[in-house]
Amino acid sequence: MAEDPTPTREELSRVEYAPPAKTWMDTGVDIPNRRGNWCYASDAKHPEYLGQPNAHDWAPQNEDWNLPENWQRIILDGMKERLEKYRSFRLFMDICVRCGACADKCHFYLGTGDPKNMPVLRAELLRSVYKRYFTKAGRMFGKLAGARDLTIDVLKEWYYYFYQCTECRRCSVFCPYGIDTADVTMIGRELLNLVGINIGWIMEPAANCYRTGNHLGVRPNTFKDNLDFAAEDLEDITGVHVDVPIDRKGAEVLVVVPSADYFANPHYFTFLGYLALFHEIGLDYTFSPFATEGGNFGLFLSHDMMKRLNAKIYFEARRLGVKWILGAECGHMWRVLHQYMDTMNGPADFLETPKSPVTGTVFTNAKATSTVHITEFTADLIRHDKLDLDKSRNDHLKVTFHDSCNPARAVGLLDEPRYIMKKVLNNFIEMPENTIREQTFCCGGGSGLGSDENMEARMRGGLPRANAVKYVKDEYGVNTLACICAIDKAVLPPLIDYWVGGVEVAGIHEFVGNALMMKGQNERLTDLRNEPIPHLQKREAEEEVKSDA
Amino acid sequence: MNALVSLLAVLSIVVIAFLGAGAGLEVLFGVVLPYAAILTFLVGFVLRIVKWAKSPVPFRIPTVAGQAKSLEWIKHQPLESPYTRRQVVLRMALEVLFFRSLFRNTKAELKGGPRLVYGADKALWLFGMIFHWSFLIIFIRHLRFFTEPVPALVTGVEWVDSFFDVGLPALFATSVLLLVSLSWLIGRRFLDPQVRYISQAADYFPLFLIFGIASTGVLLRHFAKTDVAGVKELGMGLLGFSPPNLGELGLSGLFYAHLLLVTALIAYFPLSKLMHLGGVFMSPTRNLANNNRAVRHVNPNPQPVQVHEFEHWKEEFKEEIAEAGYKLERD
Ligand code: SF4
Ligand code: SF4
Repeated sequence: MAEDPTPTREELSRVEYAPPAKTWMDTGVDIPNRRGNWCYASDAKHPEYLGQPNAHDWAPQNEDWNLPENWQRIILDGMKERLEKYRSFRLFMDICVRCGACADKCHFYLGTGDPKNMPVLRAELLRSVYKRYFTKAGRMFGKLAGARDLTIDVLKEWYYYFYQCTECRRCSVFCPYGIDTADVTMIGRELLNLVGINIGWIMEPAANCYRTGNHLGVRPNTFKDNLDFAAEDLEDITGVHVDVPIDRKGAEVLVVVPSADYFANPHYFTFLGYLALFHEIGLDYTFSPFATEGGNFGLFLSHDMMKRLNAKIYFEARRLGVKWILGAECGHMWRVLHQYMDTMNGPADFLETPKSPVTGTVFTNAKATSTVHITEFTADLIRHDKLDLDKSRNDHLKVTFHDSCNPARAVGLLDEPRYIMKKVLNNFIEMPENTIREQTFCCGGGSGLGSDENMEARMRGGLPRANAVKYVKDEYGVNTLACICAIDKAVLPPLIDYWVGGVEVAGIHEFVGNALMMKGQNERLTDLRNEPIPHLQKREAEEEVKSDA
Repeated sequence: MNALVSLLAVLSIVVIAFLGAGAGLEVLFGVVLPYAAILTFLVGFVLRIVKWAKSPVPFRIPTVAGQAKSLEWIKHQPLESPYTRRQVVLRMALEVLFFRSLFRNTKAELKGGPRLVYGADKALWLFGMIFHWSFLIIFIRHLRFFTEPVPALVTGVEWVDSFFDVGLPALFATSVLLLVSLSWLIGRRFLDPQVRYISQAADYFPLFLIFGIASTGVLLRHFAKTDVAGVKELGMGLLGFSPPNLGELGLSGLFYAHLLLVTALIAYFPLSKLMHLGGVFMSPTRNLANNNRAVRHVNPNPQPVQVHEFEHWKEEFKEEIAEAGYKLERD
């Protein structure tokens, strides 16, 4: 397949917001001509492995999607089932008043100008079918009542637009009824999956995760190798040897991380930060060789898949006999841990209310799930002055913070990372207020859309975020974009390179690791990336000159 | 097209009422249809709520819009991320009474460069508030036709509402405000290209309908002054299930137009998006506390799923596990 190169910045900077003349009910989507804006289908072997219904080979650009013969029936039955199962779905189908308040809140709408990327119309793609088959008005008045037959063109629109929504929930913050188009998208993807329509970038990680325990398919031995390797790297950088316990029964804390942390850059530097921190405070913890992934691509596929992939975490916590769980930096993982895990796979009555062994702080906000976010944990350590920190070791960084969608709008974790940053580094600058905290803009590649073939959509959808980064770069010389999400760490670098340039992406615990003064450390003239810290190197050089003289 | 059909529908209601009232169908329009509409409303409203309530809330999925309750020294925003039931009630109150979320509204603009800028955009909030509150006050004012003696709440509201004391009978501020806000809401549906694009008949129809109700109401009070005593006799009669002889009351065609429009609104209500009135209270992203990790939310209907069993995983990767030297003990 010939790859269309991503259009230039100039091309993507011109967004046409005027809606087309034809009504949205008539226009289909020309998938073959929108290359760069959709993700490839999954190889059938992944959904087959996961026992998903009607797994088959197909391709979005083909006319014929090889759907099962009775695909309409399957979808309508699936809709009925979900209307009866989820009040959110039924309600959101019924009460939208099409006020349009959500329209320009979606980064994909802002970046594409495509009216069907307005959250209201994205939901309407499903609502129109709901009306046609589940309401009297729709049955009687058809189009006039906003109802549409479920045709193959409608199904293709579902595929295109439900995989052009990153389930970021920004629209929901602004909707007067809290209509959460992310929730509609989740149902839409479930329905598509019923007839075997799903994407490889989600299915393959999900299958890997089910099989090996993590999205990347890292096997138990490689997992150990990677962690040992990280310990060696950390020793090279800091001069301090740290142990990385895996499968240690009876440890106090189970640490759960997204797999990219021990596999990919720049996640890895954050991972080194955790290891340094745990060592320095003498945390009695363990990794699990089975629960090697906190992230959960099941969230992007179906509620059931989310539950299936999440089950291993409590299982391992129980097996290893820990008292509580510490969850690392990852966005969607935290939506699952915070809003779903306990309901799906709890109760966690075999765990205790988390208590920091260092400060004695009891995390009452996590007394049921027994799961603490690592920025909560570290913020508490710093607040109690338990860490020896040299802020100046981050002086080469001018940092701004991207609130990842899920920690912001599902958890409400806003000030913990900010507090940490203010304590471990000297140059922290906020982006404009409409782009942070609960109003934060998505990275453009969340919810399983971070694949390369989807690059144009990612660049478009990421425009609002990148634009805010550019602003603080131009105004204040920001050179580092911090975040607490593994997907962010993967998709922000190309986004920022495309729109801004000259800004690196980093996790919060990378800064913590940089600033942390460790017992028995070497002179530490580099940061966790093993890059020289300029002013320290300079000082060192000056001192050498002095002592020579 | 959507707008035109809606407008025609509303106009035909007016015409039908005039024709009917002239053709001796007062009982149909004055008694039968109002009763039928109210019945439809009550039954429809309850059925709809029951239908929603029957679908469970399997997960606790509030949309959080501020700092959660966390460490003691981190400032919690209880109205944006409620932790207790009381805080949820307050968040809901703010939402229902003052349209909190709409108040956040911004307008994004893409300038050259590209540069995205976001400005506050409170107009929708403002006119939405004016519209809903005026409507509520007018509704309360109309209780005068159904009560004897008229409750103090109603006379009090009237007194405040006629504060400006213009005209005779005094012009109510809400009458004007309702018409103005409706005009703005309708105008927006035509003039804002995005909103026009998403608008359906179901969006225009209630606006036109309420506009029809409001304008006939103003006409009845100030121009083609209606026999208020007669209207009250009808109102009290309907409420007491002993409607008066409508032929004798001699209410005008305009009055019947007003009444039929109201009747249509009442009957239409439970079948339409106007049910957001009930729905807003039930929205799981707003009416749940963000205390997920502190209080377990129980799914009333959990589905068993297949998971990758530990023993199976152990077997599948036994070589790798041996190489890594894991013990993988279980109690
Ligand atoms: S803000 Fe809510 S009610 Fe308004 S159009 Fe969007 S989803 Fe519908
Ligand atoms: S959830 Fe995010 S991506 Fe999806 S429609 Fe809403 S704003 Fe757009």
